[in-house]
Amino acid sequence: MPSDRYTDVALEEKQRLFNEVKADARYESYLYGCYECGICVAACPSARFYDFSPRKITQTLAREDVELFYEQLNDDVWNCSQCFSCNRCPRQNSPGGLITIMREVAVKNGLRTTKEALAGYTRIIYKIMTTGTQVSPDMLQEDAFPDWGPQVKAVSENLDVWRRVLPPETLHTTGLSWQVEERTMHELYAIWKMTGCLDMIGELDEGLHDIMEEIMDDALEESGLVAE
Amino acid sequence: MDSLDVRVNGTKVETSRKFERDPETVRDEDLREAIWELGREGEWIVQPVPEPYYLAPTKYGRLKKIPLEHTWHHKSCGQCGHIPGYSTSIFWLNRVLGYDYFDPRDQTSCTAWNYYASATSNQAAQAAVAMRNFSAAYETGYFPLIHCGTSFGHYKEVRHELVHDAKLRRQVRNIIEKLGRPFVMPEEIVHYSEWMYAVREELATRRQLDVSGITATVHPACHYYKLQTGDAIYDPEIYGGQRTAAVTGVVQALGANVADYSTWYDCCGFGFRHILVQRDFTRSFATLRKIEVMKQEANPDVVLTHDTGCVTSLDKSQFAAQAHGRNVGVPVMSESQFAALALGAHPFRVTQLHWHSVDYRLLLEKMGIDVDKAWSEFQSDVDKVKQGEMEYLTWEHVL
Repeated sequence: MPSDRYTDVALEEKQRLFNEVKADARYESYLYGCYECGICVAACPSARFYDFSPRKITQTLAREDVELFYEQLNDDVWNCSQCFSCNRCPRQNSPGGLITIMREVAVKNGLRTTKEALAGYTRIIYKIMTTGTQVSPDMLQEDAFPDWGPQVKAVSENLDVWRRVLPPETLHTTGLSWQVEERTMHELYAIWKMTGCLDMIGELDEGLHDIMEEIMDDALEESGLVAE
Repeated sequence: MDSLDVRVNGTKVETSRKFERDPETVRDEDLREAIWELGREGEWIVQPVPEPYYLAPTKYGRLKKIPLEHTWHHKSCGQCGHIPGYSTSIFWLNRVLGYDYFDPRDQTSCTAWNYYASATSNQAAQAAVAMRNFSAAYETGYFPLIHCGTSFGHYKEVRHELVHDAKLRRQVRNIIEKLGRPFVMPEEIVHYSEWMYAVREELATRRQLDVSGITATVHPACHYYKLQTGDAIYDPEIYGGQRTAAVTGVVQALGANVADYSTWYDCCGFGFRHILVQRDFTRSFATLRKIEVMKQEANPDVVLTHDTGCVTSLDKSQFAAQAHGRNVGVPVMSESQFAALALGAHPFRVTQLHWHSVDYRLLLEKMGIDVDKAWSEFQSDVDKVKQGEMEYLTWEHVL
């Protein structure tokens, strides 16, 4: 199916990104073919609220329609909930898994639409990559979660003392979910560097990348861990 | 459209059709032999499940070893960060049952929440994070017990990839060796709700409160059973073996009623990225497809689930929906918190329900708990900490 969107992007560039998706080692085991039965769509939460279809994405990849692939890479993949309800597929496709790969390629190539989709999320990336825990107690702030009701305010106002009245010793924290050893964090930094994850952030947000690189390089130098 | 000739009332499937486990239809292979074979070939060290263990039935009939103790608790960042009574209850139950466990600091998040939210990672990094944690567990002599449903599902995916992809395995082993750590794969990947299932009868014998008047609906967590589907607990006695028995088996053993609802397969709407920066979707899905359906079809006293994101989505989404006059207002918690309450745990010192959004007072009162008294006791702890009379609440205070 021809796409009338993103006509300013050369077909070669779309093909290059498609090839990158296809080259992922998981691709072969996520895509076997598609009956167009729609079971994945029936099970998909995102399909109920967005103009989104895991079936269409699977079909597009199976047909190697690079024009439509590029449109979905920009306009669709960030709607997916990544719940993997679509793994119910009778052909044993994993539309959710295919979308994970497509998202990775979108991040690695710094697509504008990806930057927009992840705007506001970068503080979470900073938290997980630098501390080893994704969400911390001090992120429960009224202005960040106004729709969660007054209980969020109660938590933030009482945070220090409420964390101290938790019996597990490891939970006496406010900036991390639990106490993580320094060496443990440094090992995580080494993993991010050795696997190219830190470089991925450079494509997404250069400022965030530079801040994290400085933190990680200093820590790795101090700990003597080799990250090459 | 005609309705299907399979009706479910609670967990009894009203059908003459018998569910037969057929090895020919197994979607996910049993990786255990391959894991041991790779161990024999020197590709990695296999950490065996410590004894004593429980043999639990899984989807296609294989028996899974669930360690009862000597467990290394792989904590969940969302649980520990925002709903800390979840993890506290798991630890508390281990202590009540007298089981030896280890709560590590040499542990990172699985980082899969971020991966499924932003894709700012890759296959090798995700596998290396998993194997670093497994290595840390092995070095303590304790066996990993995974608290988060997403960590559990994701680690099963990682295990599958590492078994099948020698190139990836070598790359990750090289990384782990550079960290100065052994390369270790546990014999089984075990979720805490499987441990709960394994000890359900022990929990039942220690029950302090009568919960027979409580009706619960169960939300099975997607990443628990939709990723690597064969490796999840299915009990022929529960839902005819056609849905996971995790959570439900425990709640029934405790004597509470489990009521069914039609959208049980739907996800909670968490969405990973959505819960943090696009919550209109999460709120809508969690309330319209889950809570309202449960209310209409089962009118439960409580919603019970077994994953970080599900408790968060289903609980936090109800406040805004209430403002729109929707039919919501059911407390949400993990089955570990519910079991702890049934065994006499303090609702604020242990299950820490003050971190939850939906009003839980009615449920507690129905369980026979004096909520005002309990809150006053908790406030007394808070005052002691504020006044410097007590540095922290400790396990000695709550056991």
